[in-house]
Amino acid sequence: MIKILKIIAIVALVALIGIQFLPTNRNQSEVVPVTDFISTYNPPKEVAGILRTSCYDCHSNNTKYPWYNKIQPVAMYLEDHIQHGKEEFNFNEFGDYSDRRKKSKLKSFIRQVEQNEMPLESYTLVHWDAKISNSEKEILLNWVNKTLDSL
Amino acid sequence: MKNLKSILGVMFIAILVFTVTSCRDTKKEEDHDMDHDDMEMEHDDMEMDDSSMNSSDNMAMGQDNSASDAIIANYLELKNALVADNTEAAASSGEKVVSALVAFDVKNYSEDEQKELNEIIEDAKEHAEHIAESAMDHQREHFEILSKDVVDLIAITGTDKTLYQDFCPMYNDGKGAIWLSEFKEIKNPFYGSKMLTCGSMQKEI
Repeated sequence: MIKILKIIAIVALVALIGIQFLPTNRNQSEVVPVTDFISTYNPPKEVAGILRTSCYDCHSNNTKYPWYNKIQPVAMYLEDHIQHGKEEFNFNEFGDYSDRRKKSKLKSFIRQVEQNEMPLESYTLVHWDAKISNSEKEILLNWVNKTLDSL
Repeated sequence: MKNLKSILGVMFIAILVFTVTSCRDTKKEEDHDMDHDDMEMEHDDMEMDDSSMNSSDNMAMGQDNSASDAIIANYLELKNALVADNTEAAASSGEKVVSALVAFDVKNYSEDEQKELNEIIEDAKEHAEHIAESAMDHQREHFEILSKDVVDLIAITGTDKTLYQDFCPMYNDGKGAIWLSEFKEIKNPFYGSKMLTCGSMQKEI
């Protein structure tokens, strides 16, 4: 019994060390393009702050990586989230979206935040500052609703 | 003994991390489990009214009206699935809508129309993709915008089918939502059995 456990442990350890050598993509870009959402729509400081803290890590071209991102399989997990996040909604490239798509995305934004599906719980579990309080939610959604109406 | 303890400790952490990653992946798997049997009953409900009604006058001249047929047909299938509160059927219809949208050829239209059509298709595709992957209330949210996309699409392509544009005043926080139906009777896809007959016909297309 013990022998089998030992073997499993060693295999797991080898695998864990092995995957550290997998190449990783880093989502980083210092440039803020003209198509950036915040640059284009100029939200009030508080709203911009919420967007940057709670959203931009997965939904922009520039992620602020934590130290533990250097370890696999954490890196793979995060990259997957970031890739999906950007596909769904990329704040940096928002200006490039068609008007139709912009409206759709803002509607989805509002719904997801309203229903507490965004930001992801797995994200706010680790990033406590990314949690959006009820009053922050109200300010944020009021502004986004107004922006949506103006499109 | 001490060695074993530390190895077990590392193993435990490794398994924990792997579980967390794989848990997320399996969730996606479940959503793709389509129940195709439910599809059967949808076909009986669909009666295409191919009467002498011609499509509206304000569409482009000389275009092939049947080009949007596949999209419309799959959209109606999706609509009926939502009326029947059937998430799996809606999801698989959503996938079919995606395929129909991807297959749509814009080259017979003017440059302006092509641009508009491509934007509609891009947006509609995202909504249909979401419908193929989501739970029912999310499906309905996306269906609302998809319906508008399809209405806009038909405004450019025209259609030989007789369609009715219906309106549900309550959905979307009272802002209301439209949908297209192939029959006159009101069957609400946003509320399904909860409020089947809520809605009114706005116009005939």
